[in-house]
Amino acid sequence: MTVSVPMVSLRDVTVAYDRHPAIHHLSCFFAKGCLTAVVGPNGAGKSTLVKSIAGLLRPLEGHVRLNGVEHRDVAYLPQLANIDDSFPISVRDVVLLGLWRRTGAFGEISKAMCDEASKALSTVGLDGFEERAFGSVSAGQRQRVLFARVLIADSQLILLDEPFSAVDSRTVADLIRLIERWHGEGRTVIAVLHDHEQVRRHFPDSLLLARELVAQGATSDVLSPANLLRARAMSEAWDEDADVCRGAA
Amino acid sequence: MTVLYDWLIGPFADFSFMRRALVACLALSLGSGAMGVFLVLRRMSLIGDTMAHSVLPGAAIGFMLAGVSLPAMSLGGFVAGLLVALASGLVSRFTPLKEDASFASFFMISLAIGVLLVSTHGSTVDLMHVLFGSILAVDDSSLILMASVASVTLLLLAVIFRGLVAECFDPLYLRAVKGRGGVYHVLFLVLVVLNMVSGFQALGTLMAVGLMMLPATAARFWARQVWSLIFVATLTAFVSGYIGLVLSYQYNLPSGPAIVLVAGMIYLISIAVGPRDGIFLRLLTRRHLRS
Repeated sequence: MTVSVPMVSLRDVTVAYDRHPAIHHLSCFFAKGCLTAVVGPNGAGKSTLVKSIAGLLRPLEGHVRLNGVEHRDVAYLPQLANIDDSFPISVRDVVLLGLWRRTGAFGEISKAMCDEASKALSTVGLDGFEERAFGSVSAGQRQRVLFARVLIADSQLILLDEPFSAVDSRTVADLIRLIERWHGEGRTVIAVLHDHEQVRRHFPDSLLLARELVAQGATSDVLSPANLLRARAMSEAWDEDADVCRGAA
Repeated sequence: MTVLYDWLIGPFADFSFMRRALVACLALSLGSGAMGVFLVLRRMSLIGDTMAHSVLPGAAIGFMLAGVSLPAMSLGGFVAGLLVALASGLVSRFTPLKEDASFASFFMISLAIGVLLVSTHGSTVDLMHVLFGSILAVDDSSLILMASVASVTLLLLAVIFRGLVAECFDPLYLRAVKGRGGVYHVLFLVLVVLNMVSGFQALGTLMAVGLMMLPATAARFWARQVWSLIFVATLTAFVSGYIGLVLSYQYNLPSGPAIVLVAGMIYLISIAVGPRDGIFLRLLTRRHLRS
């Protein structure tokens, strides 16, 4: 890690659904300007971690601290599956939602803001898509639109929840270029990813999660066969009759 | 020409109760069109139905306390509808029960209370009146109530429009930017209850939902943006009201069902010939565009 000021720090965080912890006594931090992939098996709590950082989930125990950025200023990209793709809304309006911090529910949306939206669309390779219905474009293009929404928010902390699921390789390549550009601009990017090859190639740092922290640090160290095996063993253990946890990590 | 006049305009020129009914339809359409569109967008189409029924016990209590009094019955209905909406909202927020399930549960409780009250303290005629309304007997105070509800609905909707659309489209994102989506949702539910109360005077609790949902689902086949959907739905609702009134006058039919049936016809026609995914258009344009 190049800079050691933590942008996000979690101390002893437990988030639970139905009292079963999805992340369990997790302590970790993300340095300012880092580009970190969050990896782990299904059900390891990756999305839960990102949602906790975004302030969408309240930890049962412990706390999440953001340094130098407010919760509302965080740019969060939800999983595409969570978005109603038949909703009658134009691509431009989706991108403009990224300016919510400035416009709120009542503020004016100026011509300049629309130009910003068009520029963001052009950056993600969707020139002239402003008037198209969000539901009428392909899944890959929808993901590009959501990236444009993140882009326009101009945030110092960017959280991406499975940004490349159901997206073709060309789109992935374009979007990774955009992520690397954000990294170059000194923004902090945390992304939930599944493809280990992708992570090794493009993400300097990783955090391996299996409800508890398995490893964090340089990607080449974190994604070792031993760590991955351990992560899988840990996440498969779901005890229906688990006792109440009294320990701390 | 005179035949046409006698048919289409005569009833309204000759009788003031027809004119009142027409104005009532206009007021109802202005509020209900938009409510229906947002209910469909929020995937709450059937919740309109449950809300309408939950108005009944409140109206019945109002009736028991003050007789056939518009303010008492409206206030009672409004309070009952709001209680059901808020209770359902709270249950779906704090328990694993989904919103539609909790709405269904509370409205059944509410409806049962309503039927119990009406049948022990009123006559069957009263129950029929509440269930099916009487748009041909709309008086000045009802008209003022409907017009006020329509005005409040349109004004408030204009204020919260962006927030409400954002909350419908991507609630998680709105929560991430601390957009307070819950506030818009609650305000929207209050508006829905208000419009139900305004509608049940004229059309009855059951038919009021028809004028809310059918134009909204029909609009889906004509428009592709939230504002244009609302425009088409409002227009459809008013046209249904007008044609329904004419038919009910000429053929001596009950006006509420006549109006809703016309809206139903427009819905079926829209499915068939609507330019957006209508069935005929899809059959006619089998041949796709150049890639």
